[in-house]
Amino acid sequence: MDMYANNTVAGKIGERAMAEKSNAVKMRGENVNVFYGEKQALFDVNLDILENQVTAMIGPSGCGKSTFLRCLNRMNDTIDVCRVTGKITLDDENIYDPGVDVVELRARVGMVFQKPNPFPKSIRENIAYGPRIHGLTRSKTDLEEIVVTSLQKAGLFEEVKDRLDAPGTGLSGGQQQRLCIARAIAVQPSVILMDEPCSALDPIATAKVEELIDELRENYTIAIVTHSMQQAARVSQRTAMFHLGNLVEIDQTDKIFTNPEDKRTQDYITGRYG
Amino acid sequence: MTPSILALIVLALMVVGYILGRQRALSLAKRDGVRLHSLPGYYGQSVALFTAVPAFVLLGVWLFLQPVLIENQISATIPDSAIPEGGARSLVMADVRRIADGLDLVVEQGNISEDDLAVMRADISNVRSRLAEVGVALGSNVQPAVFEAAKSYRSIGKTASFWRNIAVLAAALGSGFLAWSRVRPAMRARNVSETFIRALLMASSFIAILTTFGIVASLLFETIHFFRIYPAKDFFFSTIWNPQFRGGSDLGILPLLWGTFYVSLVALLLAVPVGLMIAIYLAEYAGKSLRSFAKPAIEILAGIPTIVYGLFALITVGPFLRDWIAQPLGLGDSSSSVMTAGLVMGIMLIPFVSSLSDDIINAVPQSMRDGSYGLGATQSETIKKVIMPAALPGIVGAILLAASRAIGETMIVVMGAGAAARLDVNPFEAMTTVTVKIVSQLTGDTEFASPETLVAFALGLTLFVFTLGLNVLALYIVRKYREQYE
Repeated sequence: MDMYANNTVAGKIGERAMAEKSNAVKMRGENVNVFYGEKQALFDVNLDILENQVTAMIGPSGCGKSTFLRCLNRMNDTIDVCRVTGKITLDDENIYDPGVDVVELRARVGMVFQKPNPFPKSIRENIAYGPRIHGLTRSKTDLEEIVVTSLQKAGLFEEVKDRLDAPGTGLSGGQQQRLCIARAIAVQPSVILMDEPCSALDPIATAKVEELIDELRENYTIAIVTHSMQQAARVSQRTAMFHLGNLVEIDQTDKIFTNPEDKRTQDYITGRYG
Repeated sequence: MTPSILALIVLALMVVGYILGRQRALSLAKRDGVRLHSLPGYYGQSVALFTAVPAFVLLGVWLFLQPVLIENQISATIPDSAIPEGGARSLVMADVRRIADGLDLVVEQGNISEDDLAVMRADISNVRSRLAEVGVALGSNVQPAVFEAAKSYRSIGKTASFWRNIAVLAAALGSGFLAWSRVRPAMRARNVSETFIRALLMASSFIAILTTFGIVASLLFETIHFFRIYPAKDFFFSTIWNPQFRGGSDLGILPLLWGTFYVSLVALLLAVPVGLMIAIYLAEYAGKSLRSFAKPAIEILAGIPTIVYGLFALITVGPFLRDWIAQPLGLGDSSSSVMTAGLVMGIMLIPFVSSLSDDIINAVPQSMRDGSYGLGATQSETIKKVIMPAALPGIVGAILLAASRAIGETMIVVMGAGAAARLDVNPFEAMTTVTVKIVSQLTGDTEFASPETLVAFALGLTLFVFTLGLNVLALYIVRKYREQYE
């Protein structure tokens, strides 16, 4: 990417990922059921997320796509009434295994949220937060390097390089979202989950973030939930269609959008409902 | 007709106005076949308001001004010779009022007719015993001039009351009729009612503001009075507080301010950490059921009267600290101490800090927590590094509010820390605070116009300035905080 990138751990992971570029399964859901109290939100979902690909999840509101996404880094654990059964693996290791350290899992599976949520701290501190709590750096220069690299990877560095100490909340919506992506990259995850990352952004900012997602695919595995069919078509290689808590079908994006197997998918992508 | 009966009549007119206004709106709309701009009730309401409001305002102003004006007039007619030596004109006027009220009673009971009264003279008939018969006791025999003044006080008062009744009723009927005749289907009656509600709300907030000004003004007035007879330099900078009955007192505020500061400091040192940890636990860790039980339970602490805390300090905490800490360590043998009052006050303040901070921590958006958890932070890392920094300004505001509570507290200090003004660093010594001394100076037997009494106002004003400053600071910080994550 540039001179900074190759010096960091993230950069090295990137290289390795590119070297063994294949469609290996990165994460896999097997018979995933999710309950919110009495109400079941997901029914027996079986879904693979392939390495170095963007997997899009589409479907009408309330279909369970965000719920599934939040299972992938166990963010649902923060909701008291939420219960998950079945098996989700990351690199063939069940993340719902009692021995798994949730905190470490979330460092490996980063997340970007629907609404940009930078901390009320400076831009630099927003990025440095993750590396610091995980002890990824020994020195100040290391940390600064991670800050710069992450911002560069998120395509934000040029815009903010003169004001790294300005509050992150002072950026525009699109910049804030890219800051959040940079923040996620800084902890060197292998998977990045994105929950409707562009729904609060204008078309220009959306285009920039989509471009970024496409670039990030080289180094990371990405799962994205989106309401925009065009977005799914533009950024993803595989698309999963959810409906009423069921996984309707998952296939190559081209196939889903040109020749879906299921009528519900057909109806949804042609705008008949949703 | 007394003012209350008058008010009842106006209220009755108001009801009539409501009914008439509503009817007129309905019948006009029916006659012209048009739609009413507002619901029919609003037309009735606007007539009712125009009937009652001007009448009540007039009544209020009249009731306030009438006694003042009449008294000035009567007071001017009393010759200086009728005022006893060393007495004041205001005391004579008080007599005039009492005699006038007494005469009202005499007439009411039928002991004497109005006509007889008009020719009655104080130097011939025994007014004093006559009044005593109806239960009005006078200190001395009535002087002719005073008696005449009382008679004219009565007659002027009667005339004024008569005109008052006429004026108020005229205002009610006049403006009510005007409002009634203005009722048209197109009239925007909703807006009239809206304007009235706004004015009502504004007037209510005005009362609060005016009261504050009133309090400050009364404090300020007496304080200026105090500084005329006692040097301000000694008050603010002297380290001795030693009021004397016969004058020549040392009235230095420093020992009292020190006591206030010291007790508040001890209280805050207890209340802030404990309160904050409670808040964090309740907001971040506690489950719903525990929280719904624990929060009200802690808030009960805030509902305990401070005198009860004072008793707790006096009979439990004070002796305990003395027997187990102060005496073994050789730090004194007083059960009243800064520590006693401070600790008990700290307990009192815990719910202030915890409850406000809990609300503030809850106000930090969930997206901040999600963001932090999503990066693999643990709960306590999230609290330390994200939640607390975001909530800090609000928490500082909460602490400052608790501090101004601590500074103004009296009962706990009287019972826990004693009443000895002293500049000392030993927290097991008895000390006292500004508020305690305000009470003891004002309730003493000294003359009101002496510096020993008036100093209470200077103390009060100083305290007011301090707590006002703290509150302004707290509000400023809280307001700044609100803009944080927008």
